[in-house]
Amino acid sequence: MGTHLPSTEFDGTAVDDQREADAEAVMGEPPAQMVQLLGPDGKPGFDPVFTDYARKLTPEVLRGLYADMAAIRRFDVEATALQRQGQLALWVPLTGQEAAQIGSGRASQPQDYIFPTYREHGVALTRNVDLAELLRQFRGVSNGGWNPKDTNFHLYTLVLAAQTLHAVGYAMGIQRDQKLAAANAAGSGNPAAEPAAAVIAYFGDGASSEGDVHESMVFASSYNAPVVFFCQNNHWAISVPTEVQTKVPLSNRAKGYGFPGIRVDGNDVIAVHAVTEWALEHARQGKGPVLIEAFTYRVGAHTTADDPTKYRQAAEEDAWKAKDPLARLEKYLRSEGMADQEFFARVKADGDELAAYVRRTTHDLETPDIRTAFANTYAEAHPLVAEELAWFEEYSAGFAGEEPAEEPARQAVTAQASPKAGH
Amino acid sequence: MTTMTIAKAINEGLRTALTDHPKSLLMGEDIGALGGVYRVTDGLIGEFGPDRVVDTPLAESGIIGTAIGLALRGYTPVCEIQFDGFVFPGFNQITTQLAKIHSRSNGNLSVPVVIRIPYGGGIGSIEHHSESPEALFAHTAGLRIITPSNPHDAYWMIQQAVQCQDPVIVFEPKRRYWLKGEVDVEAPGRAGDPFEAHVLRTGTDATIVAYGPLVPVALAAANAAEEDGHSLEVIDLRSISPIDFDTVTASVQKTGRLIVAHEAPTFGGIGGEIAARISERAFHSLEAPVIRVGGFHMPYPVAKVEEDYLPDIDRILEALDRALSY
Repeated sequence: MGTHLPSTEFDGTAVDDQREADAEAVMGEPPAQMVQLLGPDGKPGFDPVFTDYARKLTPEVLRGLYADMAAIRRFDVEATALQRQGQLALWVPLTGQEAAQIGSGRASQPQDYIFPTYREHGVALTRNVDLAELLRQFRGVSNGGWNPKDTNFHLYTLVLAAQTLHAVGYAMGIQRDQKLAAANAAGSGNPAAEPAAAVIAYFGDGASSEGDVHESMVFASSYNAPVVFFCQNNHWAISVPTEVQTKVPLSNRAKGYGFPGIRVDGNDVIAVHAVTEWALEHARQGKGPVLIEAFTYRVGAHTTADDPTKYRQAAEEDAWKAKDPLARLEKYLRSEGMADQEFFARVKADGDELAAYVRRTTHDLETPDIRTAFANTYAEAHPLVAEELAWFEEYSAGFAGEEPAEEPARQAVTAQASPKAGH
Repeated sequence: MTTMTIAKAINEGLRTALTDHPKSLLMGEDIGALGGVYRVTDGLIGEFGPDRVVDTPLAESGIIGTAIGLALRGYTPVCEIQFDGFVFPGFNQITTQLAKIHSRSNGNLSVPVVIRIPYGGGIGSIEHHSESPEALFAHTAGLRIITPSNPHDAYWMIQQAVQCQDPVIVFEPKRRYWLKGEVDVEAPGRAGDPFEAHVLRTGTDATIVAYGPLVPVALAAANAAEEDGHSLEVIDLRSISPIDFDTVTASVQKTGRLIVAHEAPTFGGIGGEIAARISERAFHSLEAPVIRVGGFHMPYPVAKVEEDYLPDIDRILEALDRALSY
């Protein structure tokens, strides 16, 4: 440890060593190295803390993790194709990040609440979000698409890092619910019914530069909120590399806020699952926040509007493809005799079926009536909305019986006006 | 009936809200032991404890962003922003998140967050402590904005904001925090609908619309005009989003002339919106153009010259002279 500094200039004594020791005991000592329990060669690794978590994963669970990763990769390919065919306005591919998302999502429990950014399609799968509903936003028929209350999986957030603060606030709400439940239980003589819950806030290495990530970690630490910050370091914020975002490993930043930070091999689904399960337990037990940095790689483009060949080398991409999360788990399952050819064939068939479902349902996604936007701007009645809706109704009625506008011409204008890049 | 200042009325209103709504809570910098820089939350932490009166780290985006998360979990946070000019670090959370969550969730989620912002000048303060940024928020759909001008309204409107399922920003006229008036804590009476404008004084020659800190100025101007033989109607707008155009329209149809007064810069301000709407709604009743009285197109000036910046009785009377000259 470095020199002890007094916390204020008015503090006559040196920093209380016991307080420092207590803080260390609460935080635990996160591993100094990146946690990896399954190497790119499919051989198991060892970690003094997390191997115990990995041992709990039965062959059935491991096969499930593989099936999820294969399914979401197949979905990703299909969504990319749909965008290329003009069926989606934009797509945000996740290929390369399957282990980070499936491993962490599968480690969560139903009562945990998830705040994603906009690339967490794999996490959505683990939370039973209908993947066709997930495409509503990208098809331009909704700014959301699913009801977060059904799955405890929040809507995607496009303004980077804004959701990290929502996650901390939600976690502060969980703390208050637990106190209210405890008080009610004490009053009634019944044990508290509220299950311990935690929150996961997803964000990327690019978003880690946003002020809201800093503020969310300050608040989480101040109130010891049950939140797990899950940073997928996929190495590129569109065209800007991680080196421009940070001079130190992102997981190291947690130390400055006073909670544990762990770097995990984000392409190792077993390690991600173990580390996330540990972090969620830590949070649910009232021990405070954890930062997980999943060290991974965005293999494809940032979005379908992006061209990675302009800013990165093929050699780098090839090096990361050698660490592919699906390939290494497949090697492990085969070498341990936990899965046979029939299993992998069935996974592929299931993936094709999912892709066909998504393709079919995407075409059928209903275009909303703009009246729903009038209805949902406010929760309570609003005179300006009512006035503008009344005008719209009268204006629309004036076109009754007329032929609809020339659709091809309108589409051409829309295509021209489309932005070429988003976040 | 009991007499109290606006600051005390908001304090009492918050106390009642915290008592009536167990899942409401206050959040902000220095609102606990200190009771807020204006002492509006004085004594509340002692009664409700630190989980309900939350002294937060110094971070406006953090305050509003975590309040959104608490609201998603079923709580009703009331955030205090210390001064008007400090709301901007939280602007992103208010405009891109708070205002839009109900809409983008197709009505599935509500975020009933209340944001209290002491605003406006006239207290001789330094940079970023005297601004009137209400128009920047009124332009954003999804937010409601109210501003009380007297203690009775202040007591009831803060409680109504807590009950509203939409996000509400309460702009509190800081130079009127010490204005005393009667408060009926038993019944809201005319304060019943916080989004309704009030006709404070009836007249026949012209209408003055004002809100928040300028309401007493508008009333004083109307009294001065009466001495010159002009009968003015004064409307306290109370709600900046939505705006009660029905009340304003009815008044202008009677008086034929309209002056809108606010502290915020005239250009792009709420006065322009009122002028445009009234010219659409009551064009044939207007005897003169709608005249705006407001701040200049400059950063809020240094305190030593703010008297030249702030609309006062004479500026309103000058506008009246112009309106009457048509």
